[in-house]
Amino acid sequence: MKHIISLLMENEAGALSRVAGLFSARAYNIESLTVAPTEDATLSRMTIVTSGSDDVIEQIIKQLNKLVDVVKVLDLNDGRYIERELMLVKVKATGALREEMKRISDIFRGRIIDVADGSYTIELTGSGSKLDAFLEALDKTVILETVRTGASGIGRGDRILKV
Amino acid sequence: MDDSTQQQAGQISGAEIIMRCLQEENVKFVFGYPGGAVLHIYDAIFKQDKFKHILVRHEQAAVHAADAFARATGEVGVALVTSGPGATNAVTGIATAYMDSIPMVVISGQVPTAAIGMDAFQEVDMVGVTRPCVKHNFLIKDVRDIASTIKKAFYIAASGRPGPVVVDIPKDITAEFTEFNYPKSVEMRSYTPVIKGHSGQIKKAVKILLEAKRPMIYTGGGLVLGDASNELVKLARTLGYPVTNTLMGLGGYPATDKQYIGMLGMHGTYEANNAMQDCDVLLAVGARFDDRVIGNPDHFLSVPRTIIHIDVDPSSISKRVKVDVPIVGHVQSVLSEMNEILAAETKKPDASALKTWWAKIDGWRTKKSLSYDGSSSSIIKPQYVIEKLWEVTKGDAYVTSDVGQHQMWAAQYYKFDKPRRWINSGGLGTMGVGLPYAMGCQLADPKAQVACVTGEGSIQMNIQELSTCKQFNLPIKVILLNNRYLGMVRQWQEFFYENRYSESYMDSLPDFVKLAESYGHVGINIEKPADVEGALQDAFAMKDRFVFMNFLTDQKENVFPMVPNGKGINEMILGTDPNANDPANKMEG
Ligand SMILES: Cc1cc2nc3c(=O)[nH]c(=O)nc-3n(C[C@H](O)[C@H](O)[C@H](O)COP(=O)(O)OP(=O)(O)OC[C@H]3O[C@@H](n4cnc5c(N)ncnc54)[C@H](O)[C@@H]3O)c2cc1C
Ligand SMILES: Cc1ncc(C[n+]2csc(CCOP(=O)(O)OP(=O)(O)O)c2C)c(N)n1
Ligand SMILES: [Mg+2]
Repeated sequence: MKHIISLLMENEAGALSRVAGLFSARAYNIESLTVAPTEDATLSRMTIVTSGSDDVIEQIIKQLNKLVDVVKVLDLNDGRYIERELMLVKVKATGALREEMKRISDIFRGRIIDVADGSYTIELTGSGSKLDAFLEALDKTVILETVRTGASGIGRGDRILKV
Repeated sequence: MDDSTQQQAGQISGAEIIMRCLQEENVKFVFGYPGGAVLHIYDAIFKQDKFKHILVRHEQAAVHAADAFARATGEVGVALVTSGPGATNAVTGIATAYMDSIPMVVISGQVPTAAIGMDAFQEVDMVGVTRPCVKHNFLIKDVRDIASTIKKAFYIAASGRPGPVVVDIPKDITAEFTEFNYPKSVEMRSYTPVIKGHSGQIKKAVKILLEAKRPMIYTGGGLVLGDASNELVKLARTLGYPVTNTLMGLGGYPATDKQYIGMLGMHGTYEANNAMQDCDVLLAVGARFDDRVIGNPDHFLSVPRTIIHIDVDPSSISKRVKVDVPIVGHVQSVLSEMNEILAAETKKPDASALKTWWAKIDGWRTKKSLSYDGSSSSIIKPQYVIEKLWEVTKGDAYVTSDVGQHQMWAAQYYKFDKPRRWINSGGLGTMGVGLPYAMGCQLADPKAQVACVTGEGSIQMNIQELSTCKQFNLPIKVILLNNRYLGMVRQWQEFFYENRYSESYMDSLPDFVKLAESYGHVGINIEKPADVEGALQDAFAMKDRFVFMNFLTDQKENVFPMVPNGKGINEMILGTDPNANDPANKMEG
């Protein structure tokens, strides 16, 4: 099953490679990993999307906690959470496509953030599956380029991950 | 930058700070090898007399010796190597210590800060290379961080589940100046190892233990690392339950005690493996259900039993085998609490069930799974050498070993009554550890008898250390069980590859006696069983000499019992089976 794991770790050189190295060394799946400093610049917040059986997920959480730089780990799937990802898609926008691209973008609540002679760049946020759905709705041949940030996640309500 | 290249009043150099840190940590020995990146550090070593530097002949041996010093004493071992090749030579030693959870600090030199990333001479990304085989590592980028980083390194290495920590220090940093302030303590919000176990869980565990009909206590390296033998002995004696040790746990419970039923696992005793399989309540203490211990996990889990697991590292719990009562904590603390609860408890173990259980175990014992055919008067049996070694040293030696058949025989036939006496590489299985391990032990306990049980393959992997042993007058006794084979490999080739001995014969062996003599040591060849005991006595009587004993042993002897790969732990081949050496028996499952 897919899990979203949030963690706080010391914002130190090499911290990211410790996490990435752990996943590759133990052959854990990693779908996406995002990281950036928090409002407290000494801490980095990381969101990891992974999948595995319950036993594997349990080991992943334990192994992450074992990393000396990791301060806290939370499996967002243990409760209610929100997941958001940002995607930028550059699509062909010539002739009739100009109208159609605008229309599809609107349906998914996307925003066109760059307009050029032959193309649009659309910005879209949402859960990973919403972004997947958007890409599926487009004809493969119109997609010129895509870039996704990977998921960020946060617990709902008073589920707070903080030091 | 700042003015740290100019020495101000009250300031000392980075290299001197390292000396002061090691002094603060009461380090007695630093095992190392010099080179360009650590020249400032070596200059500072020259000027101090607080610790002794042991110059090895290869960095791998420095790390192994530091590792053994830690295993023998419980203190943090320290090694020092230069950048690049010095650092990479240290990696096998670091990985070996990591797999067996040994507390160690390895200081490696690094190219000057400005040269990092430039493919500079002797540059290697040590933090990157060692990341998967250290508990933690640091690259120091500011002279003002040296003291606090080294303090953290020692703290991390020794606390929680112990392990090696690498501190990589660029050369320029060791020449800069700053004040020396050694932190009194360490606070790390990201690292807070648990000591005390959950009281509710501990109470529950005691209750389950008292209700057991077929109980079993299985202890490992964690009991030794956590110095909790006394607590375990107390618990086991109060309960009267059988005890088995893993390869890493030998000596954790006295081997000559009647409740001890031998080592378990791939080469464990018949009684230990059967009791492990058949028990209804299993108390696992500082043991990690290794694949060499439980055999086929599905087979192990095919019968119901209640498992209580004490371990300081949550990730060791329910990794391969799901447990019912996990207790995260330090063995000493948890076992003491169990003993207290038991002392106050009116309920006693079920005496009649226990009697039946012991009768069953005694039945398994009559198989005498460690018996071997010692009738030949011309061929030396390796097992016999170890039995005699035990007698001659009165069971009180430090025994280090290399990796292979000789290691298993040493583990099976030397009865360890004390912890920290059996020093070997279990997790990584590193050939070449034996001699440097013996060096670490002998330095840790100069008056003690130290025996290095080795094979002719393994000893050649760090044979250059004969020179170090000479320089520091280490009166180690090498027990070479020379079977002219990479015996453990040959055994598997006999069992699983229809006797195709692919590259497992050790050809062109040196004359070990002459070799030992050329380094200034005593060498002895022993070729007949009748000479074994006398040779050992003579050797150990030479209290201040290094003696290399080359025992020409049975070339074809195999290690039994053996659980073939993929089999359950009670599906063992015994040496007494008429077709024990018949390959058809043991195809991998
Ligand atoms: C050729 C060969 C054959 C082998 N055959 C066998 C065999 O037949 N039988 C066998 O047993 N092994 C065998 N091994 C060794 C095997 O590979 C493992 O190294 C060994 O079984 C692991 O021992 P352990 O479970 O005691 O764990 P260790 O590796 O010693 O781990 C210790 C555990 O204790 C925990 N711990 C550490 N400190 C504390 C503390 N203070 N408090 C609480 N917990 C703590 C750690 O977190 C860890 O989980 C063999 C190795 C080789 C090379
Ligand atoms: C560094 C290293 N290389 C290879 C191995 C694989 N290996 C395990 S046991 C063994 C044979 C050891 O031979 P020897 O030292 O003569 O011991 P014996 O088994 O004959 O007692 C080998 C090659 C290893 N464990 N370590
Ligand atoms: Mg051999």
